[in-house]
Formats: sequence, structure tokens, C-alpha cells
Amino acid sequence: MNIVVCIKQVPSTTEVKINNETNTLVREGVESIINPFDTYAVEEGVRLKERFGGTVTILTMGPPQADVALKECIEVGADAGILVSDRAFAGSDTLATSYVLTKAIEKFGDYDLVIVGKQTMDGDTGQVGPGIAQRLGIPFVAYVSRVDDISDGKMKAERMIDEGHEIVESPVPCVMSVSKEINVPRLPSLRGKMKAKSAQFTTWSAQDLGIDENKVGVAGSPTWVMQIFSPKREHQSEMFEGSSDQQVSKLFEKLSEAKVI
Amino acid sequence: MSIRIDVEKCTGCGSCEPVCPFGAIEVADDVAKIKDNCNVCGACKDACDFEAIVIDLPVEVEAGEDDSQGVWVFAEQWNGKIKEVVYELLNKGRELADTIGTDLCAVCLGHNVGGVEQLGEYGADKVYLFDDPSLVQFQDDIYTQCMVDLIQERKPRMLITGATSLGRAFIPRVAAIVETGLTADCTGLDIDKETGLLLQTRPTFGGNIMATIVCRTKRPQMSTVRPHVFKKGTPEPGRKAEIINMSLNGKPTDSRVKLLEFIEDVTEKIKVEDADIIISGGRGLGKAENFKVVEELADVIGAAVGASRAVVDEGWIPYSHQVGQTGKTVCPKLYIACGISGAVQHLAGMQTSDMIVAINEDPNAPIFEVATYGIVGDLFEVVPMLTAKLKQDRS
Repeated sequence: MNIVVCIKQVPSTTEVKINNETNTLVREGVESIINPFDTYAVEEGVRLKERFGGTVTILTMGPPQADVALKECIEVGADAGILVSDRAFAGSDTLATSYVLTKAIEKFGDYDLVIVGKQTMDGDTGQVGPGIAQRLGIPFVAYVSRVDDISDGKMKAERMIDEGHEIVESPVPCVMSVSKEINVPRLPSLRGKMKAKSAQFTTWSAQDLGIDENKVGVAGSPTWVMQIFSPKREHQSEMFEGSSDQQVSKLFEKLSEAKVI
Repeated sequence: MSIRIDVEKCTGCGSCEPVCPFGAIEVADDVAKIKDNCNVCGACKDACDFEAIVIDLPVEVEAGEDDSQGVWVFAEQWNGKIKEVVYELLNKGRELADTIGTDLCAVCLGHNVGGVEQLGEYGADKVYLFDDPSLVQFQDDIYTQCMVDLIQERKPRMLITGATSLGRAFIPRVAAIVETGLTADCTGLDIDKETGLLLQTRPTFGGNIMATIVCRTKRPQMSTVRPHVFKKGTPEPGRKAEIINMSLNGKPTDSRVKLLEFIEDVTEKIKVEDADIIISGGRGLGKAENFKVVEELADVIGAAVGASRAVVDEGWIPYSHQVGQTGKTVCPKLYIACGISGAVQHLAGMQTSDMIVAINEDPNAPIFEVATYGIVGDLFEVVPMLTAKLKQDRS
């Protein structure tokens, strides 16, 4: 079984803040990491390979430096990596990104399963996975928390929904997004580290993929970030004073008055 | 690439460098240079005093050529009942539709769905109703096709969907077929006075920064909104929506993904998203065992237990309790935050609560900025005191 896992390199986001005087982003040596939600996708790919045989190929779109992320995936058991990189892709939103990744998966060709994380840390949208499934014309199974079986062209899995869990059956190939509950990602093995050192990755440009340049980058992205700002609050809080006992009494009074307790 | 430096205007002052969240702009030989990892976010453009950074935007839909109309809300149902988030979206949708002077329409797929008749009372002018036994449960392929066909036929201006597990899996597929923009998890929706565009505001970069996003070039403008972000409106008894029955003729009757079994989640005593009162714990609790301080208070007043992302990541409490941008959005009558500093990512999930009480040692904690009442103090002293007082009151 040939498994493709899509990952994204993201800034370790909590360090990005806004300077309120200049209203611009402040960056304090932000390092790039593999989107944490994608590490579950990589782990599940490797586990499915161990259960059912086959290969795990990691696919990422990003700047040339994103090959570091691919190396990390080799360390934990992936077999190969593809980097899709082109300046034309800069500024792509989820619609354009799903188009580029779909073109890459189609060029890769022989796939049985595509795995994605449930969302990214920087964008938090979770829209690229379903977009890829739609463009490839295959089913999408969201928030998978357990894969029971893959055989006879079918996958049986458990997915999480707001109301509980569902056991579903989908034909393969399909795209699935995995939730954090599905596994605990392993640490790199020594063998993996050795393998990653010498790993070479395929790199594809927009031209290699036969990309329509009007469908990628800023030109191909319907959504546009018009403004970024720090959340502003014009809120008046009432701070209680006195000893803890007095403060708790005051709070109790307020809660009783408002009839919330 | 659609971003470039006007070398005539660039003075090499370097004010663009520190504002780039990706480290993708650098000044060398007195001129700025954009590197390959640029994401065209525009932060540098705003920081440049010399208008030396140029971003070429694609042509937007001209107001005169925009034949789209109507604000649509996806009226999601579960077990034959309209979900609560739909009423919240209708309330906001009504406001948007009135601002641009158009109809508010609900789109419902299901079979014998209860509450369709009442959508008018919550603001809908029209309801597009697909009623068929095959639609009882969510069917990926059928739902997608129905929505796509309806959009292509009726050309809505905007479509708002609840960011439920169903909405988040289904609507991006619709957007990919219609080839339009989709903004996830908006916490604010508004109309731009000048352009009439839908201003979609959402937390980004892990919730530390807010971004306002517009869909300039395509229609419909599509957003998802988490449950409890907007308030449900007051129904107007007797207000009727025109119900338009849609036919399933010519659409697929079978979905490739089949539902074999549904297992209800019974692990939580009271679900955070449904609770009237939530007591939440954060890093200030110090360790997992100390959650019992929060749990005792919750037990006394029949509240749900919530948590910040930090303590869920630490493994002190399961993910289903997490409140925030990547957890649950809640809007209870009372939210008591114990030892939670109040990162924007957490605030995004609870700041619309009716009443917020913050208990924290640090008087400068951001949680106090959204709190109705604040107590600066040791939570291990304050919380048990409150628990005791409430216990006494109950007995």
C-alpha cells in the first residue's frame, strides 16, 4: 500500500506577537517546526505501513528549507519525501494550496491512501485535506481516531464527530485527516537518523507539475488578509479588594444578585 | 511572485525586517530583498514608510458586475433537529443581509426535519429544503452535490456554515468545486462600508493575532463560524419564511463513505459546550492532582469543568475539556477561570460568556481584561472558600 502523508512546516507560533505602537508583527527568532497535528499523520502512515506493508511518502509545499521537515519524517520511519517549491506558490490560501498538492499527488500517481493532520497550527483551518479529496475525486474521512482495517479496497475506521464517534467504511483510495487521539508519535530511531542524513528528496516546481499560474499564489487565492491587529478590549472589569474572605463574600453577593448560581 | 520591491523608492532603512513573521525580508547593500519563504502576508508593506513594497492583487469582482445575491446559512440538522448554531448564524446573517439589502436564506438537507417552519421566526426569508429519506444522516457526496448545484443555480453573495465537525469536513469540498474562498472559524463578521465585502475576522498565528480576511475575487464569500461565537436571536412569533422544496432528481443517491455505527460520547459528566456554568483550570493549578479544587467547585454548583490548552497539552485533563481556539468555543451564563492567564487562544473560546470571573495571582494576567469580576489571590485559598460558601448556601 502506497501512503502519501501531507505535512506543513509552520512557525512555532506562540512567539509571534504584535507591537501595539507600530501595529506590526514582532518576530523573536521564530523557528520552524513540523505542524504538530501533522506528526500524528506521519506516525499513522508509518504504523499502517508496518501493519499492511507498502511505502510512506511525505509531501510538503514550502520554501527550499522545508526539506528539514522531510528529513525529520525519515527519522521516524517514512521512506521518501517530495518537496513542492516555487516562488509562484507564495501567498497561496487553502484553495490554491489544495490545488498544488493535488497536482503533486497526481504526478506521484500510485497512491492508495492520503493522510493529513486535522489542521495546521498557524492557520487552524483544516480545509486543505477535504479540498484535496474533492479535487482528486475521492472520499474524505475527517477526524479519524482509529483505523480498524484496510482490505479489499475498503477502509474501516472510527471518526470523531461533535456528538461522539462513528464507525465508517470508505473505499480506498481516500483522503483521511487524523485527530490527536489516533496515536502517540514515536521518537526518531538511530537507524532513522542515519537514513535521514543521506536522504535525497524529489523537488518539483510549478512547471514540473504543469501548474496553471493563475490558480496559485496571490493571483489564485480568493481570500486576502486585509488587516492584522492585536485583539483590543474595551472592557471594564470590577476588581474586588480586601482579604480573600472579603473578596469571596463580595463575589458570592454578585453571583446571587445576578441569579447565576 | 506578486510581491516586489520598488528599488527606486527603497531606502534600505530596514524597518521591514523585524516585522516579518517568517524572516523572509532582508536588507543587503541598502536595498530590501524578499526571500523564497515569503508568504505575501503584507506585514512588511504596512511597515514601509516609503511605499517601496508593492503587492499586485488580482482584480476583484466589480460591484456593478456582481450579480450574486442573498446571505445563506447552512441549516445543519442532527437526528432530525436543527442545530443551535444555525439560530446563532441566522441572527448574524440577518444583520448582514439588512446591511447590504438582500434576503437571508437557509439551506437545509434532511428528512422530516423539525424546526424548518420556525427558521422564519429567527430571521430567514427563504428556506431551500432538500427533504429525502436518503438525507437523514450526513452523506458526503449527496450533501456536497446538492449544495454545489444550488450555489451554481442561485448565486448567493455569501454562505455561512457552523464550524461543526460536519461543517468543517463538508464545506471545504464545496468551496473546492465552486472554486471560491473559505475562511475558517471566524469570530467576527461584518460588511465593509466602502466595498460591501464581507469582513471575516478570525484569530491567527495560534490566536495571538487577529486577521481580517476578505474574499475579493470570487463568489460566494464563504465562512465557517464556531458554535456559541454569535448569540441566538429572539424569535419573532408568526414571522414566516418561504419554503422552497428542492428536488434530488439527477443527484447521486449513494455516498461512498458509509456509516456503520454511531457511538455516543458519555465520558463527560456535563459537556462544556452545553453547560450554563463552567469552572476552568489552567497552569496556575500547578499539577494534575490539583484539578480536584476546580472539580469540587464544579460539583457543588453543577458546572462543567473546562481547561486551558496548556494543561491539556501537559496531559492533566483530556482534550474534550479544552476551551479555546483549538478546543471548544463556549458561551455559558457564568465562566470562572482559575489560574488561567488568558492567552488570546483561550480568550477566543470564552470571551462571549455572559459573566466571567477570573481568579489569578498575577494582577497583570490578560484574563482580567475580559473578566466581569476579578480576584487577585491564591486560588488554593479562594476557590475552596467559594466552594464552602456555596455548599453552605445550598444546604
